[in-house]
Amino acid sequence: MAELTVARRYRLDPEAVRARLRRRRTLDLVRKGGRTLITFALGFLFLMPFIWMFATSLKIDPEVYRVPPTWLPRVVRWENYSEAMTYEPFGLYFVNTLKYGLSATVGAVLSSALCAYGFSRVQWKGRDTVFWVVLSTMMIPGQVRMIPLFLIFKRIGWLDTYLPLVIPSYLGSAYFIFMMRQFFMTIPTELSDAARIDGCSELGIFFRIILPLSRSALVVVGLFRFMDAWNDYMGPLIYLRDIDKYTVAMGLQHLRQYGQAASPEQYWPHLMAAASVVTVPIVIMYFFTQRTFVEGIALTGVKG
Amino acid sequence: MSSEARRELRKILQGLFFISPWIIGFQGFTIYPLVASAFYSFTRYDVLRPPKFVGFDNYGEILFRDPVFRQSLGNTIYFVFIGVPAAFLTAWLLANLLNTEVWGRSAWRTMFFLPSITPIVATVMVWMWIYNTQYGLINGWLIAQGIKVIPFLSSVKLSKPSLIIVQCWAQGSAIVLFLAALQDVPRRVYEAAIIDGASAFKRFWHITIPMCTPVILFVLLTGLIETFQSFSLPWLLTSGGPNNSTELYSVYLFRNAFAFFKMGYASALAWILFIIISLFSLAIFRSSARWVYYGGE
Repeated sequence: MAELTVARRYRLDPEAVRARLRRRRTLDLVRKGGRTLITFALGFLFLMPFIWMFATSLKIDPEVYRVPPTWLPRVVRWENYSEAMTYEPFGLYFVNTLKYGLSATVGAVLSSALCAYGFSRVQWKGRDTVFWVVLSTMMIPGQVRMIPLFLIFKRIGWLDTYLPLVIPSYLGSAYFIFMMRQFFMTIPTELSDAARIDGCSELGIFFRIILPLSRSALVVVGLFRFMDAWNDYMGPLIYLRDIDKYTVAMGLQHLRQYGQAASPEQYWPHLMAAASVVTVPIVIMYFFTQRTFVEGIALTGVKG
Repeated sequence: MSSEARRELRKILQGLFFISPWIIGFQGFTIYPLVASAFYSFTRYDVLRPPKFVGFDNYGEILFRDPVFRQSLGNTIYFVFIGVPAAFLTAWLLANLLNTEVWGRSAWRTMFFLPSITPIVATVMVWMWIYNTQYGLINGWLIAQGIKVIPFLSSVKLSKPSLIIVQCWAQGSAIVLFLAALQDVPRRVYEAAIIDGASAFKRFWHITIPMCTPVILFVLLTGLIETFQSFSLPWLLTSGGPNNSTELYSVYLFRNAFAFFKMGYASALAWILFIIISLFSLAIFRSSARWVYYGGE
């Protein structure tokens, strides 16, 4: 072993060296075990709400109100799920939310890529000043724009539709433009230059060269926008009135406000079941796209 | 026009073409609302009747005669200046822990991120149930032990801390950002420090933290801005109660606009918020010159 050759060269006792190495390795292992323990403890603490949510969703009446609370339901009641999903038309809510999410996602991906191209792959005078303006709009609190926007949409008759929530995605969002711009800037300019020399138009370069190379960044934008739509509460709260148009987020809140009348004893299990069902699609989506998520967040925060 | 200038013009037109969606959006959804809300803030407008100009009345009433304004501002400042550092510390310490060698590390990184992607309505529901004073996860156990119950959401003193706990639970994206920054610190620097005999704590204090200050600034600044505007959590969990102890600024603003239909008043509130956020952001940014180290890549 290398350590023993070194030991012999410097005239150290090889046994002592071996013992020191062994002690060092066990100490490292103990430290690693300690950190793992802490991580497990904290991780369990963080997971507790999810476990509790799922456990409660399967309980039956008396056990829900047992003191001290139990972790595993003694009797598992799967009907809580079917009941919760039918008290409110959650099937309809899911379809609504999916339509909202998909249309907003398409808009966000297209418009942010197009605008980001203009801010990164075309050299034009004043470009960076305008980009600074784009960035500064991110600092305006939503509340300042909220009221006039609501009034505009009311005047043009877009209330109680999804248009106020979806159309803005097609007109560029500073956050996503920023993200795509940072990514586009990492693509070598030689590629664009070569295409231009060959006579390709800017739009051609955009569609045929830059977009195909940006698949991962585009997926990030799409994912984030879809997730925002799924989890969005304030937007639908302001613009939607008709209960048939509700998203899952609003449906869940509606169940919380009116579910007690329908079934007082199973109220909490029903709520937890509905909450689980609303959360699960996002979690599944996340598990399949983990790496992209993490890269996406790092893209904006660290490189920006 | 010279061919040089013609090429410049062509490039500008091309640029403008590509960013045209943003230009349309900017005019309709940023410029116009900004100007309009400033205008509305000087009016009394209940949507049913046309806006009535009242000069600085709204601002005067907000600043000098509205106790709820003062309360909501106080609540929000508490929330920001205790909640943001708390959330930051949670995310920072967790990120450092997850950056060391731990068994099951990648699985745990996933787990800690989950709360931040959960829909806010679901999050609120679970925590409402956890905090429940009779059957909740914590109090149910306390009752069984014969200990006095903790009124998380019904006590004026505990309501804001309870909200802050929920917020710390959902710091997933900050954790991810910190992890990325931590991994960007060159190993050579640590190795040099170890050779010079620096302890783990000294390495953490003199290497890790300084090298991550750019991202720390980003997280703190965006945390400040977002927390000042925090709406969904207090609205859904406690709807401003008990006794207005969680009536945060955005909640009060929303209420004025969509419950009381005082659009002019709410617009004035919005602009005051804008000014406050800008001042604090500027202060933090100015101070950053002193403590942020841009080592450069």
